[in-house]
Amino acid sequence: MRYDRQIKLDDVGSSGQEKLRNASVLIVGVGGLGCPAAQYLTGAGVGKIGLLDHDKVSITNLHRQVLYDEFDVGRPKALVAKVKLQRLNREIELVAIEEALTMENAEKLFNQYDLIIDGTDNFETKYLINDACILTGKAWIYASIYKNEGQLSVFNYQNGPSYRCLFPKTTRQNVSCEATGVLGVTPGLLGMLQAAEALKIILDVGNVLSGKLKLMNILYGTEQVLNIRKRQEEIEKIKNEGIIPIRIDCELKDTGKTYLDVREDFEQPKVNSEKVIHIPLGKLKDHLKEIPDKEEVLVFCQTGKRSKEAVKMLQKDFGLRNLKNVEGGIEKIIDG
Amino acid sequence: MKVTVKYFGIIAETAGKKEEILDVTQGMSASELKARQIKTYQIPEAESVQLAVNRDLNTEVELKEGDEVAFLPPFAGG
Repeated sequence: MRYDRQIKLDDVGSSGQEKLRNASVLIVGVGGLGCPAAQYLTGAGVGKIGLLDHDKVSITNLHRQVLYDEFDVGRPKALVAKVKLQRLNREIELVAIEEALTMENAEKLFNQYDLIIDGTDNFETKYLINDACILTGKAWIYASIYKNEGQLSVFNYQNGPSYRCLFPKTTRQNVSCEATGVLGVTPGLLGMLQAAEALKIILDVGNVLSGKLKLMNILYGTEQVLNIRKRQEEIEKIKNEGIIPIRIDCELKDTGKTYLDVREDFEQPKVNSEKVIHIPLGKLKDHLKEIPDKEEVLVFCQTGKRSKEAVKMLQKDFGLRNLKNVEGGIEKIIDG
Repeated sequence: MKVTVKYFGIIAETAGKKEEILDVTQGMSASELKARQIKTYQIPEAESVQLAVNRDLNTEVELKEGDEVAFLPPFAGG
């Protein structure tokens, strides 16, 4: 009775409902993407859903992670999600995993589920999910957001391409939704599309978005589907070498100089060196005393534009003559 | 010869546009166009940027009149 409205569909039927009941899905990250995915899979009656998140609910999550409410702020997401989802459907098994995904636990966890949904917000974990899925033979449903744009695909599905086939080389310029800002509906839509891919895979109906990358712009209502080509060598590398961790931190090429980083706090990569003073562009005026005025200071940002502006402003308004802009941005002064 | 170029994510912001029609020389390859645009707009971390020609990613072809080339950066927000 409960599932009557989906069983009525030829694509589901009672045999499809049985498939859903026997299926298990692990949701890595129960945030903007993971919440809607978890809600709809719970509603649909997926037999076992793992909810992995080491984070706590914050007030700034609520505009997009509408599974949570004001009373949940400060409480662990995995546990809150389990309690709330269990109220939606008491017939299924919900597992709260209050951990971060790591190289140590990934394969063990993945082995306990049929399918993985990526609800993460950083490159390190996306590559980790990818590699662990290759090693455990699981498909995973990927989504990513940059402001009003989304990317969606299914990787490692029936010998299809992997995330490393799409992006063999990553970037240090990871910017999370927390950092760039995002409308709540954007991860909401993408997370729901991830749930749709999960249902299609479990029910074995329709066309799974494997070997394809869907690009969406929520603001302009545009959509494009690109074809991903498999790079077998990228998959073999993981099969032979195991998980290859991605590192986003970096070192200075020349530590003999003094630097001023005018980027915002959230911008990556972070340069961890005592030779770098960090003052975001908008706060420079209030922190003038922290800028050395004797030796030469190299001013940098992500691309060289804001730092140029900073140098100009500090020279013109405050007479600082010891500043030099790093043309081309952070890439020019760091290793690798 | 003219091709349509589309920019996604942070590349669209760096370039200050989502799309443009470019005049390119006959016989220019996709990677040559990539190198040119990376230089024009000073797009950082060019190695991570993927190109799709007429919706096919990771393909090294000679461009033809009317081709559509997409510049795609990785992004990871969620």
